[in-house]
Amino acid sequence: MQEEVIRVDGLSHRFDDLIAVDNVSFRVHSGEVFSFLGPNGAGKSTVINVLTTLLPIQEGEVVIAGRDLRREPDRIREAIGIVFQEVTLDRDMTVAETLEFHGRLYGLPRAERRERVDELVTLVELEAKRDVLIKYLSGGMKRRLEIARGLMTRPTVLFLDEPTIGLDPQTRSRMWDYLRGVNKEGTTIFLTTHYMDEADQLSNRIAIMDNGRIITEGRPYQLKNALGQDLIYLETDDNGRTQTVLGTQPSVTGVRRKGAAGLLVTISEDGTRILPRLLETLRLDGVTVTGINMKKPSMDDVFMHHTGREIRDEGPESFGAVRSRRR
Amino acid sequence: MDRRFLTVYWRDMLRYVRFRALLFSSLVQPALWLAFFGIAMSSSFDAIASQVPTVPGIPRVGYLTFMCAGVISMTTLFTSLFGGMSLLFDKNWGLLREVMAAPMARSNIVLGMGLSGITKSCIQAGIILLFGLLLGVRFFDGYSPFQTVIAIVGILGFVSVFALGFVFLSAAIALSMESPEGMQGIMTLLTMPIFFASNALYPIEAFPPVLQMVSAINPLTHMVTGIRYFAIGPEFSAIGRTFTYSTTDLMVSFGALCLFAAITFALALYRVRVARIT
Ligand SMILES: Nc1ncnc2c1ncn2[C@@H]1O[C@H](COP(=O)(O)OP(=O)(O)OP(=O)(O)O)[C@@H](O)[C@H]1O
Ligand SMILES: [Mg+2]
Repeated sequence: MQEEVIRVDGLSHRFDDLIAVDNVSFRVHSGEVFSFLGPNGAGKSTVINVLTTLLPIQEGEVVIAGRDLRREPDRIREAIGIVFQEVTLDRDMTVAETLEFHGRLYGLPRAERRERVDELVTLVELEAKRDVLIKYLSGGMKRRLEIARGLMTRPTVLFLDEPTIGLDPQTRSRMWDYLRGVNKEGTTIFLTTHYMDEADQLSNRIAIMDNGRIITEGRPYQLKNALGQDLIYLETDDNGRTQTVLGTQPSVTGVRRKGAAGLLVTISEDGTRILPRLLETLRLDGVTVTGINMKKPSMDDVFMHHTGREIRDEGPESFGAVRSRRR
Repeated sequence: MDRRFLTVYWRDMLRYVRFRALLFSSLVQPALWLAFFGIAMSSSFDAIASQVPTVPGIPRVGYLTFMCAGVISMTTLFTSLFGGMSLLFDKNWGLLREVMAAPMARSNIVLGMGLSGITKSCIQAGIILLFGLLLGVRFFDGYSPFQTVIAIVGILGFVSVFALGFVFLSAAIALSMESPEGMQGIMTLLTMPIFFASNALYPIEAFPPVLQMVSAINPLTHMVTGIRYFAIGPEFSAIGRTFTYSTTDLMVSFGALCLFAAITFALALYRVRVARIT
């Protein structure tokens, strides 16, 4: 059994009468990349803020790097690095000054500071921007700088709250490379993200959060396998009838509406064998299939399955609409 | 001992010298006050004062010399009151979250800002002194070099404690405010009575009793008293009046400023300790 770097038991957090985090428990082991997925407002940032001591702990037990959050918050601060969800930089400082400032705040000796700044500027490929003011950096460069800053003190755990938000695909995949490298060097990584592929590719384990609770947790392949072997997308002339008919089939584990005209069927056996049988059953029942597609479940499907919606970043309106539709 | 307030200080100074235009205007503006307001006022005041016969043995100074202490004090007041503003910007758009998440006592934040307030105010006071002397302010008149040094040290001592008091106050306000506009409003509201209910520009003896009381507890009055004591002397006449500041007056004034700084320090420390930046 690996060493536990983060141990959270029964963590709850409320803002007035809003329960943002509701009895959350999980473990992160040394050397792991652990991801939190969840729709906007799920409570991911609140968990991070409590774990990184920015919010007071209200209920529950948290131990990070062997230190109790209630008793030794300062020891925990020393042991962690943080990349916040919002940009937390001074536009009027240079790249090197930003790192230097962080090193000083954390009490690194001068020689080590100099060495780390050189190393990290190289790691995140900002050598050319070393003495450039932050207001002249692109969004991706700022994010890289923030990651470098989080690594200044060689933290035991690095917390990243949506580290790749708003980055182009190339920059994103480069960021993954840095993070993989950092992780290989032994830093445990805790991250939240809205990108399913990112969670899938980077993480050893994923927890899906919704409404302040962890709904499911596991390794990416476990989560995907739990949805069954294949996903079948169907369009028919009578979706209601199809739902009833397929619901009686033993190999079918679920039928959900998908989009305006489609249905998503999860099955527990090999789709290549089962699909012809299902189609035959539907034909005998007088349903005409007008479209069909079959694929292996992705993280998107897992997310969709557990939260009842696909992740979207369209802002509060669509979020509100989804909210009111649920339960 | 935790000396990381020097880190906070370092960063504040970095920004201070970076904004050239702001730096320049903060240095030139008080000089302009002195040049225009001072010279305009002294040409009329000095004409009236010259009709009053001089008391033998008491040096008479012109209005420019009299109000120079007021200009130094006012400048220190403005600079210090705006010194905490950076905390508000940091809170809303910048680095405060990063500073708050560091394993460092929060008192360092307050102390670092205080130190940078002292530095800025002393630089400004020095510039006004120099410029004033060029314009004809009769500070340190008849002082030996040694006495001049003592006087300058004394003035900067008063400037420093006064600056601390208002930087801390400003920091405490900044942490309680949401927007720079709101803070600006509070600052304006504060500076008016502080500046005008004081002995900066005119003697307080002619004030109505209520205003005299306000003036007596006004830190600016104590600041001006200290500067005049060191720069002009314990006894002098100006605008047709005789001013006497005893050593006891001086100690009381210094004590009052220290007390003020201690109270605002406690206030700022409390605000920064309970602040939640997420
Ligand atoms: N400081 C606060 N005061 C009041 N409510 C808050 C505060 N911070 C967060 N909340 C609320 O707590 C809930 C969880 O917010 P949180 O920021 O943790 O979500 P999140 O999972 O990080 O969402 P996102 O993906 O949008 O970043 C939301 O309903 C939010 O409105
Ligand atoms: Mg968040």
